[in-house]
This record gives sequence, C-alpha cells and structure tokens, in this order.
Amino acid sequence: MHTTRIGSGAGFSGDRIEPAEDLLRRGTLHDLVLECLGERTVALAQQRRLTDPSLGYEKRLPARFTRLLPLALAAGVRVITNMGAANPLAAGEVTRSLLDARGLGGRVAVVTGDDVLDRIDLDAPAWETGRPLRSHGEIVSANAYLGADALLPALDADVVITGRVADPSLFVAPLAQRLGWDLADVPRIAAGTLVGHLLECAGQLTGGYFADPGYQDVPDLANLGFPYADVSSDGTAAFGKLPGTGGVLSRATVREQLLYEITDPAAYRTPDVVLDVRNVTVTEDVRVAGARGLTRPDSLKVSVGYRAGSKVEAEISYVGPNAARRGALAAEIVMRRLADVPLRAEVLGGATDCRLRVAAISHDASLLERVGDEVESLYTNGPAGGGGVRVHVTEVIGIASTSLRRETVRPAVTFLEAPDAAA
Amino acid sequence: MLLHEMAHCRAGDKGNTATLSIFPRDDGDYPLLVRELTAERVRAHLADYIAGEVVRYELPGLSALHFVCHEIIDGGVTTSLALDTHGKSLSSRLLALDL
Repeated sequence: MHTTRIGSGAGFSGDRIEPAEDLLRRGTLHDLVLECLGERTVALAQQRRLTDPSLGYEKRLPARFTRLLPLALAAGVRVITNMGAANPLAAGEVTRSLLDARGLGGRVAVVTGDDVLDRIDLDAPAWETGRPLRSHGEIVSANAYLGADALLPALDADVVITGRVADPSLFVAPLAQRLGWDLADVPRIAAGTLVGHLLECAGQLTGGYFADPGYQDVPDLANLGFPYADVSSDGTAAFGKLPGTGGVLSRATVREQLLYEITDPAAYRTPDVVLDVRNVTVTEDVRVAGARGLTRPDSLKVSVGYRAGSKVEAEISYVGPNAARRGALAAEIVMRRLADVPLRAEVLGGATDCRLRVAAISHDASLLERVGDEVESLYTNGPAGGGGVRVHVTEVIGIASTSLRRETVRPAVTFLEAPDAAA
Repeated sequence: MLLHEMAHCRAGDKGNTATLSIFPRDDGDYPLLVRELTAERVRAHLADYIAGEVVRYELPGLSALHFVCHEIIDGGVTTSLALDTHGKSLSSRLLALDL
C-alpha cells in the first residue's frame, strides 16, 4: 500500500522554529505544513495591510522561511503554509525575493480568494450574538475558510502560501494529491481531515500543553519534537516524532488533541467534510483509525473582524503579611475612583503574594488612560508596599462569524517562478 | 478525592465556547467518571466561569468524556477582559472538582 509522510512544523504564529528544521533535516518528509494563522490573526494582519499595502502577511514569515526554505529545497520537501494571512500575494513576493537572493530557485504558489469583504451581507446576523454584523463595530476584514479544493491547483510548487484556509485542509490537499484521493471520497477525506486535525497544533500532539509534574511527566520539553504522520492510501495513519527529541507521543496525548476544540464529536465541520470522530480508536503505538464523515457543507464559514476599541490592563503587586487585604483595599479604591467606568478588577494570587489586575475595553482613549493612571497612582496614594505597576494598552479586533455559499467564493492560484525558470 | 488524582483534561476554545475533554489515567475508572461526572456537576463546579449550557458527550472508544461549555463568562478571546482570554486554565479548574 502507498504511504506518504507529512510533518507539522508550526502550530501557531509564535511557535518554535528548531523542531521544523529538525524535521526537514532528518524527517524524510514529503510535505511540511506550517499553520500560523489564528482566528483573529488575520484581522490583525488586515490592520497592518491597511496601514501599509505591502504588509499584512505573517510577521515572522521572513524569519521562519530564511531558516526553513534552504533546508526544504535541499531535501525536496514541499512546504505548505497559511502565513499569507491578509496578504498572500505580498507573502509570495517576499518569499520569492528571499529565495532569489540566495539563488535557491524553487517555485512559489499563492492561493487567494479567501478575502470576501466585498461580498458579505453586513445585515446578516453573527452566529455568536444573533445581531447584524455591522452593529458590532467598524468591519475591517472578512475571510472565508477555503478548503482543500482551493489548494489542489497550487500543489505543483515547492512552497505553497495561502491566507485563510481551514487548518486541516492544509494537510488534506497534499494527502489527497499524493495518495490519489478524490475530494469527493468521503471516507478518505474524513481520514485525512482527522490526520490534519491531529497535526495542526504541532507540539500539542507530542507532549506540549500536557505536562503536569508528578502526574504526567514529559521529558525534555525544552527540546520538544514536532509530529509527523505516515498516512496510507486507505486513510489509516501512524504518528511519530524524531528520535532524540523531547516530548512524548502516546495514546494519552493523541486522545487529548483528538477532541481539542471539537464542539460536536459527531459533526466537526470543515470545508472538505463533516467529520465524525465518535468511533475513532487510538492504539498504544499511536495508530489512528475509524474516522467517518458526511459530504462537505454547501457553505463556507467566514470570520469577520471588527474594531472593538482598545483594552487596558493595569496591575500592581502586594506581598508579605496581610497582602491579600491590601490588594483588596487597592481594588476598592480603584473601583470607587472609576465608578463610572465598566471594568474588571480582581486580586490574583495567594494570601502573601498577590496582584491587583484592572482591565477595561473602550473606544475612548482618555478613559483607558484614566484606568492606567489610577492604578499607577496607588504607588503613593494606596495601601502600603504596592510595587511593580505595569500598564498595557492594545488595540482589539473582535471576531464575528457568518457563512457564504460556496459558489460565491472563487479561489485562485498565482505561481511565482524563479528568474531563470521564467526565462 | 480530586478529579485530578484520576484524570487528565485538555481545554480548547472556539469563540465563546470552551471544550473540556476528560480522560481517566486508568481506563478502568471510566465507568465511575460516566456515573459521577455529569454535565450538571461540571456546570455547577464552573458556575463562576460558564454562563450557558454544558453538554456532555460520551466517547467510550476513547474512554473520554467531552464537555462543550457554552458562553464562557468574559470569554471570546479578543474582547475578553480576563487574564486568560482563551479559557485555557478551565481544564485545571475542572480537575479541582472533588468527586
């Protein structure tokens, strides 16, 4: 039976780079997927694109690709990533330049079409609130979750860059291509989606987000190895990580990741299939089988980003005897002086080492400033021994969800050739 | 006995919904968890953090109980005022339940 090996080299934007380098050097992979685009990351990226049209792709793309692409091209491993974020074409151009500057050649493919801001109905209700999308605030982005069908035409490349794509679809497309699966073959696409779901968070399958000292000891988390899967043409999969890496890959870690973020085990909806994991089995040697599915949905989920104002978080610490009561007194003072401001004030930590934390969200910058100033003024106007004030303000992009009929969304692929290949 | 003594848990989040998966360290304890760890009990234990419905799914093939918790109080990642905007720490809060 034919098998292919696919690795997971990043599970979020801030993930470590060394584990992917190791997989490229020693993993004998066919494909490496880098999943770096969280639900709200695309809206934040859209913000950057609005301020500079050449930006809007994942900020760490140059750093990640500078280290990974020379290894990938040398090893003949195809790299697939959603680091295009809000500007996949700019990400493609940057990648092209990065390869050309090193004379590495290679073919870059860019998948576009997820940006649907020009065609969503802003009067439609958001899934989360039932209120019209436009009532949430100024809308800054709307991205449809593309599926494996959007990636298939891009796979004749060494590097495939997308914007918003359903995370498992980043894996389903290369699996379907390498194993000769038709995207309408529901049992196999269900199996491939399960593989993608298990791999998409990278180290969370191999012992990251799992250790609990004395109960679940995980060796060498400082050198956590990322996972790969050997997937057979019948859809069964065996998972592994490289010898000598830290972490643990066991039935326990795979079970945890299997149900992670699944809100209905009978119906996990992706653009490719409606996955049913109720009969999935995981053996002690981490072989996974039993995915079932139903035909893919007719509509695609769309994440809509809106300006929700800015958030201030202000903190101060109290330690030693009676610290908790001094923290509570500090909270009382702040709440009295900011009685007109909707805020959250809480004293975190223990009886002798605690920290008052005050948070508020608003479109009014002067109000956010007042919150920070009130906490800072506790230094000389509050209880004894207050120290370590930190005030942090961040712009907030809210996310609301809606859907679009599939035929409304038209994905496209652009190839960026090396200069000598194009000549 | 704390749930932590016999089980491990992973928290996930989708917008305003938290998922909490519970697994006994020993599969032999699964029937006990099915009997004792009801959706009502989880909802009551996490009442300060979950406003909406808690739905329990049984996955005997995995010896797992999966709780889908709607309306995380102060949830929603981006617009949350909580320190843990995702609700990642709800898994450990659930493990503090005294069986």
